Amino acid sequence: MTWLLAITVGVLVATGVYMMLRRSLVKFLFGIVLLGHGANLAVFLSGGLVRGRSAVIVDGESTLAPGHADPLPQALVLTAIVIGFAVVSFLAVLIRRTQEESGQGDVDELRETEA
Amino acid sequence: MSVWVVLPLLVPMLGAALGWAAWRSTRAQALVGVVASSVHVFAAVGLLVAVGRHDVLVAPVGGWAPPIGIVLTADRLGAIMVLLTAVLGWTSTLTAIAEIGPRQRRAGFFPLMQILVLGVSGSFLTGDLFNLFVFFEVMLMASFVLLALGGERGALEGAVKYVGLNLFSSALFLVGAGLAYAATGTLNFADLHAKLPAVAATDPTAVTVLGAFLLLAFAVKAGVFPLYFWLPASYHTTSPAVSAIFAGLLTKVGVYALIRLTTILAPASAALIDGLLVVAAATMLFGVLGAVAQTNTRRILGFHILSQIGYMVVGIGLLASPDPTVRQLGMAATVFYLAHHILVKTNLYLVAGTALRLLGEERLKHAGGLAKRAPWLAAIFLVPAFSLAGLPPLSGFWAKLAVLRSGAAADAWIAVTAAALAGVLTLVSMLKIWNEVFWKDLPASTPPGARLSTAELWLRGAPMVLLAVATLAIGLWPAPLYDFAQQAAAQLLDPSSTVDAVLGPTQGAR
Repeated sequence: MTWLLAITVGVLVATGVYMMLRRSLVKFLFGIVLLGHGANLAVFLSGGLVRGRSAVIVDGESTLAPGHADPLPQALVLTAIVIGFAVVSFLAVLIRRTQEESGQGDVDELRETEA
Repeated sequence: MSVWVVLPLLVPMLGAALGWAAWRSTRAQALVGVVASSVHVFAAVGLLVAVGRHDVLVAPVGGWAPPIGIVLTADRLGAIMVLLTAVLGWTSTLTAIAEIGPRQRRAGFFPLMQILVLGVSGSFLTGDLFNLFVFFEVMLMASFVLLALGGERGALEGAVKYVGLNLFSSALFLVGAGLAYAATGTLNFADLHAKLPAVAATDPTAVTVLGAFLLLAFAVKAGVFPLYFWLPASYHTTSPAVSAIFAGLLTKVGVYALIRLTTILAPASAALIDGLLVVAAATMLFGVLGAVAQTNTRRILGFHILSQIGYMVVGIGLLASPDPTVRQLGMAATVFYLAHHILVKTNLYLVAGTALRLLGEERLKHAGGLAKRAPWLAAIFLVPAFSLAGLPPLSGFWAKLAVLRSGAAADAWIAVTAAALAGVLTLVSMLKIWNEVFWKDLPASTPPGARLSTAELWLRGAPMVLLAVATLAIGLWPAPLYDFAQQAAAQLLDPSSTVDAVLGPTQGAR
């Protein structure tokens, strides 16, 4: 399974970067979203993949028995997903306001700040 | 558990909460902002004194034991950065009261400023890589909103570029943190210090790859060549009080993260750090050349931030040196430069903001006459401007001297030449601002600008005078700060006391 998810990470990042390099602001937003998903999935994978065994410490033990996926990266990914969601929502509003204000959806035409 | 480590985070958190509680009254929000940022300064001084006494202060958050539980750690570098953050929060809050419009006030400007300060202070105090990511995001989120708050076309366009590139670097950071955990099983800085060398011995590729991800992420945030294009495209678009605190702090958080990363990485794998000297030279030169080509005050200053970042990266690049004296000299120079630069750069932006207020104009072509109209402003400008260019007896002279000395000790002549050249060109562009904004007569086509009320004069003047006096004081008595920088560098390069303090002496020894 790991190899399949690793390829998925690659596809997500590649698509994300491709979208970010397009000239449309909206595609830039989608690129950021895909890139973020790729990063989250990569962190998720760093804990290892184990099928059908939940990482619960059994009664009377103080540590997780070996043979489980590490739950810490999963907790990290949860945090990262929440942060990513907030940031992407902000970016969506920002891009919309920028388009309204400048009448432009084309990244190459955003030259106001260069003069 | 030390209360001093937690206090610099609690104060801005409380300040933001109270500010938002007083949502209906922008006057009350401003008052809360001033009180919170003043208390923050005291909390930061307390932290610095406590760190001076105990070397390292540790506070495990929520009582969970490190390395799995998150710890807040304050060493000398972290403590002085928090103090500088608090001072900048104070200066920017005061200036903002005089400067920002009612629309930004109603949108919650002052609480947002506290959140920004919280994120920056947290980045300096955390002892955990993932927690650093979280505080980075807190800081970025606040800065995104502050940047776009004006709502004009320029500010929005600048914000899109700033947000986009910072999100890209956040994704790299996240992957780097994930890889670091996968390779070492820990995210705690002290634990990474202890474990990374062993991992690097068995699996050097993993360490290089995770180091590359993190290095790239922090290099974007710090504004290092060739990853800096977001900075001059965005910093000048927002209101001057905001761009002052951005210029002073945000890229420096990137530099701070680079220092943390490289001091952990260098003993394990120097492969990535070697190249940083060339990057530093390129950053210095391209930054300053960009500045020389600009015709707008704050855009000139924006490119100067980049060039100055190059000076700081020299000391980081010297970590790859086999000679411990060189590493010590380089790191001390970087710490000294950081402190000097934060004070000077913020002051320059504040001066530029007041000049903009007086003239209603930032383009050099349309500016002029301020030496006659506001001689006090001209006098204040000269202190940070000459300090930035490195003229004695100002703080920039000692900072540049420390960088040049460490570079010469390592025979890093490319970096030393670039540093000397960039210093001359810095003077050229500072003189350009002086000639165009202050010295030449106001062009007939420009309407005479606004006058400052007495209240505005005090609110704008006090922060500038305070920062200028600090610059002068460091220039005249550089020894205390340099000694402090030496101690901070020694602590960074020999982390054994930090490791012991965080993990306990038994674990640190294994």
